[in-house]
Amino acid sequence: MIRVIIQRLIDAIPTALVVLSLVFIALHILPGDPAQAILGEQATPAQLALLRARLGLDRPLVVQYAVFVWDALRLHFGQSYMNNLPISGILAENLPYTIELTIGATILGVLMGVPVGVVSATHRDGAVDYGARVAALLGLAVPDFYLGALFLIFLSLGLGWFPINGVGEGFVDRLYHLFLPALTLGLIKAAFVSRLTRSTVLEVLGRNYVRTARAKGLGETRVIYWHALRNALLPVVTGLGLSILSTLSGSVAIELIFGRPGLGRMLIDGVATRDYPIVQAGLVVFALFVVLVNLLMDLLNVALDPRQRTA
Amino acid sequence: MFLRRPVVRVCLGVIVALGLIAIFAPAIAPYDPVAQSVMAANLDPSAQHWLGTDQFGRDILSRIIFGTRASLTLGLLSPLIAAVCGSLLGIAAGYFGGLADRLIGRLTDILLAFPALLIGIMVAAALGPGFWELVSALAISFAPRFARIARASTQSVRAENYIEAAVASGLTHRRILLRHILPNIAGPIVVVLTLWVATAIRLEATLSFLGLGTQAPKPSWGNIIRDGLDNLFGSPWPIVSAGAAITLTALAFSLIGDAVRDALDPASQA
Repeated sequence: MIRVIIQRLIDAIPTALVVLSLVFIALHILPGDPAQAILGEQATPAQLALLRARLGLDRPLVVQYAVFVWDALRLHFGQSYMNNLPISGILAENLPYTIELTIGATILGVLMGVPVGVVSATHRDGAVDYGARVAALLGLAVPDFYLGALFLIFLSLGLGWFPINGVGEGFVDRLYHLFLPALTLGLIKAAFVSRLTRSTVLEVLGRNYVRTARAKGLGETRVIYWHALRNALLPVVTGLGLSILSTLSGSVAIELIFGRPGLGRMLIDGVATRDYPIVQAGLVVFALFVVLVNLLMDLLNVALDPRQRTA
Repeated sequence: MFLRRPVVRVCLGVIVALGLIAIFAPAIAPYDPVAQSVMAANLDPSAQHWLGTDQFGRDILSRIIFGTRASLTLGLLSPLIAAVCGSLLGIAAGYFGGLADRLIGRLTDILLAFPALLIGIMVAAALGPGFWELVSALAISFAPRFARIARASTQSVRAENYIEAAVASGLTHRRILLRHILPNIAGPIVVVLTLWVATAIRLEATLSFLGLGTQAPKPSWGNIIRDGLDNLFGSPWPIVSAGAAITLTALAFSLIGDAVRDALDPASQA
């Protein structure tokens, strides 16, 4: 088992390097001079040269790449152009909000999606199943930020039940501000989770050991919740883990809708103000998150499924 | 069989109607979508302005009608370009194998782990806003999906006896690829293509909403919602109607995508 874990950890290194290289290529090699973009059309050649030197853009590409990777691994991103604040501080300020949103959305998505999926499977073609399938279809078509905007318009502006923007202060107020954004992403996740749960439970219910459990005379509740569900939820756990990534990317637009700070907000504001180190930091952190989540899900799979321990 | 299903007919009807709206937008739209009027700002829906006006006095219905163009062209064009580029890479990897296969396979695996939106933001941030920039951003984020399916299909077709026969009879690689491999792997690629149109439409809307896609004053459903968000207290109508347009369009395309998959790949039916 330890060998497999070490193997997966080693596998993640080239992945992280490729991902960092892609960010580097996007920001350094593709057409478009960052110095020109920051200073605008009116910049004199002298100003451009000065800024390029400050950014290290006058150094050979290989050196730039090495510096970039080294800085990224240390999470060392320099300072913002807009206000000269250290980016590590800006990240530390924004990251918790994105993390709480992602966790909140995941909890709500599981609480809504798993029970609906189980009932859909056990009462196949019943009212809940039919409703859930229609809702899931809609949930996969509606853009998350539109759903968020509708909640904002009807529940916050119209009925005044929820705050319009911000993150709140103190634990309760913070949860109160978190609820609608998390519900938005949670509903989209529930659409995915309920479909996944439904299909895995249906598959497990057809297995031999479930038939054996029934034949032994166990009650249907015990069969479903004790025997079937434990195995059916295994793929749901990994599916859920990977869906963290889509929730994370959904959070970008949701933070904008609900006027929340966060990683996505920071990234988009950085692009809009051409704050190059901010964009770079945002992309690197997002990218490392993706690698990390994939790695953790791989390891979780190994932990949960003994068959994968010998690879 | 495919066309007989009522769902398919309704969705095709919606898509054809959207196509006609996009083509004949100047004739259908009651107003110029970018014409501003301070006097007519933030009007509620009425007989003159069916969906009201925004903070600049622009007619929402006209903006949504013209916005159809951005959504449909990008929604169809970017998966199509991704399909061509991704499939070529995937076929090359699957057919020739070796180092190229390992490199392409590894790269697609890594890219597949990334949410498409993140790749879209990265490319859009690097290239700047604009129509072709947006098409490239979406195409790059979709291409790995096509590369993987093309690679896997090519590998399984390559093992067939008739390919061995073609090689033995001295056909060129080009002829084998075009005449023997391509027709046999086209099915799965078409399925992936139709399934990704809906995603492309949603992504275009999201990137435009984030300010990285279609740029103002040119209307797109995503930037109508962005403008609406800045004017939330003025009128909720731009957001409500533009979002409904995105949802309806994405739903129609994803139902068609499901139907195409069921028709071409019966094994995948739930």
